[in-house]
Amino acid sequence: MKLQRIRAVAKKEFLHVFRDPRSLGLGIAMPMILLFLFGYALTLDVDRVPLVVWDQSATPASRDFISRFTGSRYFALRSHADGYREIERAIDRRDALIAVVIPVDFAGRVGSGRGAEVQVIVDGSDSNTATFALGYAEAAALSYSRDIAVKTARRSGASPSPPLLDVRPRVWFNSDMISKNYIFPGLIAVIMMVITALLTSLTVAREWETGTMEQLISTPLTGPELIIGKLIPYFAIGILDLVLSVIVGEFVFGIPLRGSLALLFGMSALFLAGALSLGMLISITTRNQRMASQIAIVTTMLPAFLLSGFIFPIDNMPLVIRAITHIITARYFVVILRGIYLKDVGLNVLWGEACFLAAFAALVIFLSIRKFRKKIV
Amino acid sequence: MFERLKAMLVKEFIQALRDPRMRFILFVIPVFQTVVFGYAVNTDVRHVKTAVYDLDNSPESRDLTAQFVRSGYFDVTEYVQNDSRVRELMDRSAVKAVIRMNGGFGESLRAGRSTPLQVILDGTDSNTAGIVLNYIAQIAARYSGRLQVAQTARRVGLPPVPGGVALNSRAWFNENLESRNFYVPAVIANIVLIITMLLSSMAVVREKEIGTMEQIIVTPISRTEFILGKTFPFVLIGFVDVALITAVAYFWFDVPIRGSLTLLFGATALFLMSSLGFGLFISTISQTQQQAMMSAFFFIFPAMLLSGFAFPIENMPESVQWLTFLNPLRYYIIIIRGVFLKGIGMDILWPQLAALAILGFLILSFAVNRFRKTLS
Repeated sequence: MKLQRIRAVAKKEFLHVFRDPRSLGLGIAMPMILLFLFGYALTLDVDRVPLVVWDQSATPASRDFISRFTGSRYFALRSHADGYREIERAIDRRDALIAVVIPVDFAGRVGSGRGAEVQVIVDGSDSNTATFALGYAEAAALSYSRDIAVKTARRSGASPSPPLLDVRPRVWFNSDMISKNYIFPGLIAVIMMVITALLTSLTVAREWETGTMEQLISTPLTGPELIIGKLIPYFAIGILDLVLSVIVGEFVFGIPLRGSLALLFGMSALFLAGALSLGMLISITTRNQRMASQIAIVTTMLPAFLLSGFIFPIDNMPLVIRAITHIITARYFVVILRGIYLKDVGLNVLWGEACFLAAFAALVIFLSIRKFRKKIV
Repeated sequence: MFERLKAMLVKEFIQALRDPRMRFILFVIPVFQTVVFGYAVNTDVRHVKTAVYDLDNSPESRDLTAQFVRSGYFDVTEYVQNDSRVRELMDRSAVKAVIRMNGGFGESLRAGRSTPLQVILDGTDSNTAGIVLNYIAQIAARYSGRLQVAQTARRVGLPPVPGGVALNSRAWFNENLESRNFYVPAVIANIVLIITMLLSSMAVVREKEIGTMEQIIVTPISRTEFILGKTFPFVLIGFVDVALITAVAYFWFDVPIRGSLTLLFGATALFLMSSLGFGLFISTISQTQQQAMMSAFFFIFPAMLLSGFAFPIENMPESVQWLTFLNPLRYYIIIIRGVFLKGIGMDILWPQLAALAILGFLILSFAVNRFRKTLS
């Protein structure tokens, strides 16, 4: 292996990238645009759940109860229904996700202390939102009941008894529970995974298809030199992307970066080495741009999105699928980025992930070199 | 005309299906993906790994711990004894919640005083943390209420009447609130979009790139025939994939199909107009397959994330919500979920169907127009 030849290949590849505005756009502009768009748009916070109310009681008491819902930012009253048919229609049309049905005898029962039953119907198709909405409804009913109890106790002259258990939650790492803080570091990992694999997946295949590989073969260049030389420019682009991402996170979205920046970049370098080489390996084995792109997208886009723990928790997956997630490097990168960003953890916690990333990168580079044949077939 | 179209179709089918690896990508991978992703897309919050920090070790504290375990939402993985261990477990994400009961917990409860129950939550995943907190509050309220009833009964001799409001909740369409039922149908839409759009965008560019386009131009084939020939195989492939994946969702994952399959396939046809239209459009602005793939990706990725698949559109900023109206995947996912889970029909889904039809028509005719210009 000669450094000089690696440098020559790297220079040639740099020129390729810089001359083609589209690959430069893909490498730098696209990750930034995606980060901006998604960082701005994506949230998992559940609020303003559209609500429809069927108030059969229509009394001050029932209106007071409803105001517990409409007064909170978690619900947005959309309409009043006048029967189950209207509720059904509202939920079918997605005009409402939750319906509250107040019985005719609501005021009477609550007033006399017999307790009333209020029906809540929720559109369960989005189970996540539904769980949240039910939780909010439960909390609203609880606070209403407590107020009633306090009022009755006052009226009879007794001192109201407070609830025995007083839950005092403390939320660590993301104390305001802002979903953006959770999504953004993961987003960096997912975007980088896809972009890097796409960038390199076509480089070798293109040389084969356009015939320039023959020229490369006729040079004294060896396989490892070619592969490493081709990786260098994309590695530089990847690091640049990360610097830009961190800047965007810090100054545009105000995502707290609590951990060490040096660790962040060290880990990113490991991740990039693996992800870029994966694209390279695909390119080397297929020798065909169409196939390479298909495989690159199949192996990166959906897996990085769905199997990395970005949104869907890996703990929930069955054993076999969990085993598969171990070969999705974005998985480790998501954990690493979240750890560094939100938890300020160091190598003593992240060493396992670091080892996996390093091993993966070494393996893929090794495979690429092994698979690469300097022969015309 | 039909003869030439037939010749073109034969050529295209051969090109798309000749390579066994391509057949594999077209028909086996989508099914495989559905199976893998079907297992992966699960956001149910159950079996939350929890540590118990019980400094009291009284009958009450043990009883409350048992309540948490019995609910099925919490798996107690460890009993911790000091703060530094709590910190370590949380740092490693080994647990998501720590329940802490201080010394004197049981005694204070027995005396009928308000007693703090400390809960430490990992807020990194804000969504899960919110749901977990909800569960904890409900379990604590139930436990507290039961205790209160028992104590009052002992004191007064009569159980007090619960005078408040009880909720009787029911979830429609997805009774057990299983998140898989929500996500799997939408995975179908994502896969179909990727396959058809990527392939169609590259099919034309490939001819340009390897020079066979010139050969086609000198043949008597008309542009319409050429475009039809290029897109029709992918329409067919799209339908086969939808059928295959739907079968996997239904038979393998037991996702209910409550609506009409005809509607599903009709919507697929409308959706394919958009996805192939975009593919064709991309092929007019690209010179190489690489460029085509990048451009397709640039469309597909935002389309997936801004479709309401995983991130609810209602929560996005208003400007982005307007943007999603241009996203065919948004409508297709609403239709697919409606057909699968809600069993609703044309009477409710017509706005989505109409939007898909209009969008598809506009994109397709725009792409065909542009295509004519680049061809001549």
